[in-house]
Amino acid sequence: MPEEVTSLEHPAKPFNEEMLIQRIRNGEHDLFYELIRPYERRVYSTAFAILRNQADAEDVAQEAVLKAFKHIRQFRAEARFSTWLTQITINEARMWRRKEHANIMEPIVDRQDEEGNYTPRDFADWREIPLETLERKEVRQKLADALASLGEKYREIFVLRDMQHLSIEETAKALGISTASVKTRLLRARLMLRDLLAPGFGGSWSSKPFFAKGTKPW
Amino acid sequence: MVVSCEEVWREISNYLDGEVDASLRAAIEEHLRGCKHCTAVLDGTRNVVQLYGDERMFEVPLGFSHRLRRRLEENMPGNRRTFLGWMVAAAAAVLVAGSFEVARSSVFSRPELRSEHAQPGTGVPPDMMVVVSTDGKAFHAAGCPFIHDKVHNRTIQAREALRQGYAPCVRCMKKYLTA
Repeated sequence: MPEEVTSLEHPAKPFNEEMLIQRIRNGEHDLFYELIRPYERRVYSTAFAILRNQADAEDVAQEAVLKAFKHIRQFRAEARFSTWLTQITINEARMWRRKEHANIMEPIVDRQDEEGNYTPRDFADWREIPLETLERKEVRQKLADALASLGEKYREIFVLRDMQHLSIEETAKALGISTASVKTRLLRARLMLRDLLAPGFGGSWSSKPFFAKGTKPW
Repeated sequence: MVVSCEEVWREISNYLDGEVDASLRAAIEEHLRGCKHCTAVLDGTRNVVQLYGDERMFEVPLGFSHRLRRRLEENMPGNRRTFLGWMVAAAAAVLVAGSFEVARSSVFSRPELRSEHAQPGTGVPPDMMVVVSTDGKAFHAAGCPFIHDKVHNRTIQAREALRQGYAPCVRCMKKYLTA
């Protein structure tokens, strides 16, 4: 018991992960729970980013974790376990979508030209960051809706980079694209989200100012 | 070096990620001083990164962990041999889940401690977005393997991280520790 608590408090330490993986390969299957525990949310949100549906995302997350368990012997130590697991999740989600929802409509923004320069549509001043508004469910819903309205290739990048905090290199590897594409799409995703959210945060969603006017919270 | 609004928009992501060199950074900052539109775009983009980087945006359905464990248990080869074996595995899972909850609650209830021995770092771009975790002591670039906690991470500005007592990570922020 104390050993479990200690290792769970330091889930990010690579040597712990290596040791866990080795022990799982040697037959201590129950340790797999411990290995994936820090990544459960990441797996779910990756699937959700692609499928935009809770029930599908949960099914795919389960499939992906199960697949990782079954193929743990194929995992190569030169990659990070988290990147490998994310890759599996992305593949599972894409396969699921092709199989179950082949005719789903992609949002209009997906048809934008990726290589062209993106011009912000809105210059609303949104200086103050009302992080406290995240306590409000309707604000979280607005953010989720804005994200869902992006095309898949922007959504995936944004979720991996800015919500799961993967590096540019890891994101590129997980999606099988170049780091230059990651940077271009990430820029677009961030600017599109700003365009979608700035008017709301600049006015209607922030019913009262959180900080005195003209000051910054930092 | 002088940069246009279009160039600023093109580099805004890299600027926030600390991925532009010193001369471009200086040129962007010079431009921002005189351009309200670009300042609005930068502020809004930073807010986007910060809002979505917050753990509260990372909701999973209620009971997700439990159902995932059950699904794994059903598919683990050793656990189907005997009823007793299954019970032991289930009990172990509950134990692991329980111990995690203990660890988690202790993280929440413990007052935040930062390292006494850390160096504050020099030349950290204050506008750069960095990742910190609730019970960590250092701030990181996204993707750093030294990020302590993968569940309770959030994205904040470097100046805020420094103000809260976080120190540059010895691995991913090494270049700010050379002094």
